Amino acid sequence: MNYKVKIVPEYILKRRTVLSFMLFFFCITIAIFSWYKLQHQPKEKEALASLRSGLETNEWIFSHLFSDKNLSRVYAKKFAAARVRVNGDVGLKDTTQWQLNIIKNIGDTLKLDLADLKKLPKTTITFDFKCIEGWNQITNWSGVKFSDFIKYYKLTNLSNLKYVGMQTPDSAYYVGIDMASMMHPQTILAYEMNGAALPSNQGYPLRLIIPVKYGVKHIKKIGSIYFANEKPKDYWYELGYDYYCGM
Amino acid sequence: MKKIVEKHPLPNRWLHWINFPLLLIMIWSGMLIYWGNDVYRIGWGDKTILKFFPDSFNKALNIPFRLAEGMSLHFVFMWFFTINGAIYFCYLILSKQYKFIFPNKKAFYEAWQVILVSLKIKKQLPVQIKYNAAQRIAYTGVIFLGFAEILTGLAIYKPVQLNWLCYLLGGYELARIEHFIITILFCLFFIVHILQVIFGGWNNFRAMVTGFEIVKDKVENKNSNTDNEL
Repeated sequence: MNYKVKIVPEYILKRRTVLSFMLFFFCITIAIFSWYKLQHQPKEKEALASLRSGLETNEWIFSHLFSDKNLSRVYAKKFAAARVRVNGDVGLKDTTQWQLNIIKNIGDTLKLDLADLKKLPKTTITFDFKCIEGWNQITNWSGVKFSDFIKYYKLTNLSNLKYVGMQTPDSAYYVGIDMASMMHPQTILAYEMNGAALPSNQGYPLRLIIPVKYGVKHIKKIGSIYFANEKPKDYWYELGYDYYCGM
Repeated sequence: MKKIVEKHPLPNRWLHWINFPLLLIMIWSGMLIYWGNDVYRIGWGDKTILKFFPDSFNKALNIPFRLAEGMSLHFVFMWFFTINGAIYFCYLILSKQYKFIFPNKKAFYEAWQVILVSLKIKKQLPVQIKYNAAQRIAYTGVIFLGFAEILTGLAIYKPVQLNWLCYLLGGYELARIEHFIITILFCLFFIVHILQVIFGGWNNFRAMVTGFEIVKDKVENKNSNTDNEL
């Protein structure tokens, strides 16, 4: 490929230069103005409104592309860290007698204790836990698959709803998660870490392990579980993070 | 009357200048995200030569505690960056402009000649069209970086749904490091690029805005353009 050399009067080149640069500077002005407008928008749950709707569009796209056939990579147990990183203690202070409340309907709550959960088939997973901050660690957990739990307690009519909400007993920490991710075969209501009962800073007696989400959704010390078609409230969402947090 | 060549077609110019702020926003928001786990450094054992990034650097740019903001920017502007890049690549192929950019057979030998001339060791540049061999390698390299940036980014964005991609790139941790290194390479490219543009002069820079470049009167044959800067 070659260039053709053209011979052009100088005034035409001058005119082209002036017009092109005028358009060039006009576009720069538009770009700077748009950036300024973006930064001075009202916020929607601590995120700039248009970025928030961008994140919601991403959620729509990626929840439609989601397949529970895709699994988080699993490792042999020997790769699991013995010293497991702790990154949050919101909602762990409550010391009253623990029980798990499954809110089936208003005034219809299923109350369970750990022994009830231990009767169900036990699932163990060693996977690469990923924090929204950007670190990751291979860790080992055991408990009851959420999908097994739903089947055993005949909650399938509730699992047709769109979301699951979970809260700590003192309601200080709370998450909302889409049903597809909750029913993913690697999502576990975990009561053991590295083969022993959960330490209190890891959410004794029961926490969520959901490898398709960032750590912020792995709520520690689950006190109650409920089902809804509207997005349940979510601790980090309210602080400007993505609601979906799906991987 | 002046002799000119139409150096940069209109789509090239638009796509180039649109890419510039998009890449800037991606790098900036990436730095806000990286701060959340800023563990990379150059060094060995306890010895650190360069920490990414020094606290003073973070403070000066007001980076700390803006992870959520960084993520929201990054995951919205990623679409514009990717779409603009995809349009550019399609245009490059369909318009056959890639023939100016992809390295040809002699590229590596000629690139060496270009370096020698730049360092004033040699006088005569090899005859060339539009871009010299060093530029061809650099510009093809930066297109490759764009692809690599998107792929490593996808691997850390959806490591479960795209577990095969994450696996191919060496796992989550490695993919994140790769994504970071590619960004550093983008920045290094940017520095060299700016220096080259400054040395290239007005005629060369104007071509990226207006499209035309004035040919200095040394044109030996119409196949070659002796103006060899950017």
